[in-house]
Amino acid sequence: MTRAQDLWLLIRGDSQADRVVPRSGQSARLTFATAAAMAFLAVFAMAIAMAAGRLADRWSDAMAGSATIRISAPEAELDAQTAAVLTVLEQTPGIISANALSESDQHALLEPWFGPDLPLDDLPIPRLIELTEDGSGFDGDGLRQRLAAEAPGAILDDHDRWRRPLVEAASRLRLFGVLALVLILGATAAMVTLAAQSALSANEQVIRTLRLVGARDAYIARAFVRRFTLRALTGAAFGMVLGAICVALLPSARDTASVLTGLSFSGLGWLWPLTIPPLAAATAFIATRIAAFRTLRGLQ
Amino acid sequence: MIEMQDAAYGYGADPLLSGLSLHLAPGSFHFLTGPSGAGKTTFLKLCYAELLPTGGTVSLFGQTATGLTRDGIADLRQRIGVVHQDCQFLNHLPVSDNIALPLQVTAKGGPTQDSNLTELVSWVGLSARAHALPPELSGGERQRAALARAIIMDPDLILADEPTGNVDWDMSQRLLNLLIELNRLGKTIVIATHDLALIRAAKQKVQARVLRIQGGQVQAAGADL
Repeated sequence: MTRAQDLWLLIRGDSQADRVVPRSGQSARLTFATAAAMAFLAVFAMAIAMAAGRLADRWSDAMAGSATIRISAPEAELDAQTAAVLTVLEQTPGIISANALSESDQHALLEPWFGPDLPLDDLPIPRLIELTEDGSGFDGDGLRQRLAAEAPGAILDDHDRWRRPLVEAASRLRLFGVLALVLILGATAAMVTLAAQSALSANEQVIRTLRLVGARDAYIARAFVRRFTLRALTGAAFGMVLGAICVALLPSARDTASVLTGLSFSGLGWLWPLTIPPLAAATAFIATRIAAFRTLRGLQ
Repeated sequence: MIEMQDAAYGYGADPLLSGLSLHLAPGSFHFLTGPSGAGKTTFLKLCYAELLPTGGTVSLFGQTATGLTRDGIADLRQRIGVVHQDCQFLNHLPVSDNIALPLQVTAKGGPTQDSNLTELVSWVGLSARAHALPPELSGGERQRAALARAIIMDPDLILADEPTGNVDWDMSQRLLNLLIELNRLGKTIVIATHDLALIRAAKQKVQARVLRIQGGQVQAAGADL
């Protein structure tokens, strides 16, 4: 019998063959419960990975394409240096626009942090110039050198030192989410293997009898593999639905969007949890098949 | 059918059986006797490749046992019916399903086989008990069910390990008669037993060869039987 035929028989099922192995309540419950719990956790791991991915993209997109120049100079030189910087920026390839923030703009920026009553006029606040890059970007090192020559008080901040760790943190979080999914699959495989081995040991006499009357290993293994695969599939489907409901009930992301409030799926992302039950079934299939054949090889 | 050349088997360092050289011809009837622990069951297990010889060669239907794959052994067992003393049933299935088990595991079931099954269950006198579970059967009924399961695939060789060990004299005669009937149909029969009275009774009805296992060797038994 070829592998394809073997797989077809497994999918199609054989009610008579299913009966030859007695139903074991304990291993059935264990497999179902394990698959359900792991699928529930997998939904959350998936949601975390996707939310972290969205956050990384958002931070990356929001801060990319813009930069700020900060000019700290004595009051008397401030306007001159600002004009010099704007001239340099006009001549720099890769910059679409440059805009020196007005005092009122700067007040508006600082007000949320210091309140409306703070005497900002008395503070030595640097002048800020916001610039927008084109798609190709600009040569940051070259610009810094020109600014140092033309306007010594100007410092270029291309947001990279802020953006990079945030994007890295979000990317790392996404990686951890994926890693958690892999670990969940591994733990599922281990638990299903243990349950299958327990069932195989409990049914050693049944297996001996089946071998005695001429059953091939594939026939005996199929009876166990099919049972455990179906249990893992139904258990994971149950856990997945439960997990998806819980994720859907989490608070939705608002203006203060963070990884926690954004812990959800969006759009077609809701289809991703549907991959969990087949994945759990495939894991159970492989784990049980390996366990079954290993046990059978030990019996003549 | 079965040929042994200087075959040996041991569970530990010392061989339980050694120097086994014999030939079981098709259609022959053999008794295998000897004291408990002499190796009768081990000998039978060598005959259906549950055990593989640790020395010499055992050929089953022209194939060397040690050269068989696991699937090859499974296929071979479809030509060999085995009746164990403890029967080895699947206790959660009714008697009729247990008897039909060899057909089922080899995907040879079907309407014709269903009819054969009914006939076979009737032949061993278990029609009224076909739907009972094995633990509900008496010792004699279990042995007859085991015999029915052993022959449902129409095997060439039937091996019976103490088939009358748990039954009374009348039932053992009935079982013996069933085995003799099968032998007349051309089946090769090997019965391991320490019941000498059964062997004497059989020799009055069938030409049987008696083999005795003693000291790890198989010898032809003398006229004392």
